[in-house]
Amino acid sequence: MESKVAYDNELNLIKATELRLGLPGTDDREEQALFSARNNKRPLPDTSKECGSKKNSDARHVDNETAPPAKAQIVGWPPIRSYRKNNLQPKKSDQAEAAGIYLKVSMDGAPYLRKIDLGIYKGYPELLKALESMFKFTIGEYSEREGYKGSEYAPTYEDKDGDWMLVGDVPWDMFMSSCKRLRIMKGSEARGLGCGV
Amino acid sequence: MDPERKKVVERVAVSTFPDEVLERVLVQLKSHKDRSSVSLVCHSWYDAERFSRTHVFIANCYSVTPEIVSRRFPNIRSVSLKGKPRFSDFNLVPPNWGANIRSWLVMFAAKYPFLEELRLKRMTVTDESLEFLALSFPNFKALSLFSCDGFSTDGLAAIATHCKNLAELDIQENDLNDKSGSWLSCFPENFSSLEVLNFANLSNDVNFEALERLVSRCKSLKVLKVNRNITLEQLPRLLIRAPLLTELGTGSFLQEHPACQYSELENAFNKCMNLNTLSGLSEVTALSLPALYPACANLTFMNLSCAALQSGEFAKLLVHCPCLRRLWVLDTVEDKGLEAVGSNCPLLEELRVFPTDPFDEDTFHGVTESGFIAVSYGCRRLSYVLYFCRQMTNAAVATIVQNCPDFTHFRLCIMNPWQPDYQTNEPMDEAFCAVVKSCTKLQRLAVSGLLTDLTFEYIGKYAKNLETLSVAFAGSSDWGMQCVLGGCPKLRKLEIRDCPFGNAALLSGLDKYESMRSLWMSDCKVTMNGCRVLAKEMPRLNVEVIKVDGSNESQADKVYVYRSVAGPRRDAPPFVLTL
Repeated sequence: MESKVAYDNELNLIKATELRLGLPGTDDREEQALFSARNNKRPLPDTSKECGSKKNSDARHVDNETAPPAKAQIVGWPPIRSYRKNNLQPKKSDQAEAAGIYLKVSMDGAPYLRKIDLGIYKGYPELLKALESMFKFTIGEYSEREGYKGSEYAPTYEDKDGDWMLVGDVPWDMFMSSCKRLRIMKGSEARGLGCGV
Repeated sequence: MDPERKKVVERVAVSTFPDEVLERVLVQLKSHKDRSSVSLVCHSWYDAERFSRTHVFIANCYSVTPEIVSRRFPNIRSVSLKGKPRFSDFNLVPPNWGANIRSWLVMFAAKYPFLEELRLKRMTVTDESLEFLALSFPNFKALSLFSCDGFSTDGLAAIATHCKNLAELDIQENDLNDKSGSWLSCFPENFSSLEVLNFANLSNDVNFEALERLVSRCKSLKVLKVNRNITLEQLPRLLIRAPLLTELGTGSFLQEHPACQYSELENAFNKCMNLNTLSGLSEVTALSLPALYPACANLTFMNLSCAALQSGEFAKLLVHCPCLRRLWVLDTVEDKGLEAVGSNCPLLEELRVFPTDPFDEDTFHGVTESGFIAVSYGCRRLSYVLYFCRQMTNAAVATIVQNCPDFTHFRLCIMNPWQPDYQTNEPMDEAFCAVVKSCTKLQRLAVSGLLTDLTFEYIGKYAKNLETLSVAFAGSSDWGMQCVLGGCPKLRKLEIRDCPFGNAALLSGLDKYESMRSLWMSDCKVTMNGCRVLAKEMPRLNVEVIKVDGSNESQADKVYVYRSVAGPRRDAPPFVLTL
């Protein structure tokens, strides 16, 4: 008998000092009910924006509510105007200088330059494909040893130090942060770059 | 003097005061509140006032008809109109709700052919309306469209083409169909009257040479706010042609070639002696920011809400802006940046901190209560704040309003709904108690966080100057709303969403709504029957219910109640039920 009482006491003690979410006085069941009742208010995650605000359920009292909200988007909340959402800049990367990746692209023989946003490409293949379609030419096959083989053109870029480098030699991230402008070289100049010196 | 003779003398004195003289005097009166008071004195003052009024401000386009306005005020040259309820900015009002400018324009063309200025907020404006406007008013000088919808850049082209005396074109934050930037090229080559040009929120390229020429020949240009497509290389070319600029909104502030045009930029900013307002600066970096410093000495308003600055570069910038009174920033500056505000901007009166990632609840970036506290210690004159954050404590707010008791506008948005004081886990009631107790001049309040009816008890008890209250995800029962309606004598606008306020609360304000501009309640517990009762008891109120697809028959999903002398709307779309 005694041991049971002692055991119960111990249990109560444990319960009293137990760390958990919720205000003192609420127990788990109440919390669950509140949480699920409150969830009635929120749209389901995959039907977030379209279905509009949910109507209220009566079984809900927010006083002793501390459960974290579901990760669904409520219509019109937070109250930010839509033009502001559209105008917000993308999150800056750690280097201040890496921000803003609009670059000029010139092609030997072309009458005017183009501009591209490096940020929208995930890697070299995408970038090269975009350049190919923009200027209507083909870039050859890249190899570390021989540069771009199989075409008259070679994509090059001017890096932070002012040097002209062959596109593709360095990892993509490094390229993104050091590239200042692009130039598609043609003919002998291009071939000169490709031969590993 | 015997009483009879005195009466005669007095009567004669009033009636021999010529109306023309009174009108001359009243023309000086600009404030529409003052004018309202004047018009109530007596009949002759009412008449003198109405003939002398040249600007009319209609805060709710459905509260009155164009006919009534034109009958009362025959000499109007300038009109400001507001349409949709404010929550339409947050997509809570379905499209095609109304507030179309068309019927007003038709009246203006007939009764105010010399109309000069039109300022619209939350109205629906079509391209046809803009063209009609451009062709109907030969003296037209100023068009300002703020948060409007329904038009495209074609409409702007019509304005540019036909308004020969245009001095102001201010297109801000509208939901427009941005087809192209060619509208700017529609200003005729001999057109030179522009003083204000704001196209910062348009996204298409304008022809830069056309813009350059336009700026060049508009010698009185004082306000120029360009869009993000104007580059940093192009900016100096505009600045040197606009020496009188007092307000500048730059385009992109991204430097592509560090060396060359930096000096040109610095020179250009060196010459900007008169700037008091600066905005834009999209894509700004630490490299390009210093070019601005020479122009910052006299800045009183800086809007950096499109510039994702980090705390370091922001702090360096602030050192150069000692005269700032109004500052808008993104929360990328974080608490450290706000500490710099506290240290460098003793004259600050208004601070707005906008969130960069409002929908990302996991983000640990942004500002906290510490930043706000830091500002309050350094900027004792703070009277207007809009603050978006993810955590707040009651103690912090108490400290803040103790430091800054002069708040007239206190808008706190704790972005996660129902969020309690993160340190004590208590509701945020005491925070707003402190606000309304300390800030006796409070006119506008927006509450957030976990709030019980207690908050509203405090508001009703202490916020005696409160005019506008915005409530979301708050309160425990009808009692909360009843306290506000019963306690705030100057309340004009009450907007509520997702709160447990029902019919009893709605009907407790029966006697109050006619003294208010409007009430908005969405996703609360009001029913159609409750609204019907309100409509029946108060025939001079328009009680409108917006029904949402798929909702319960008896629920009044969105309720909009406003006083009106125009009677029920005749242009209501099918989803708006006027009771």
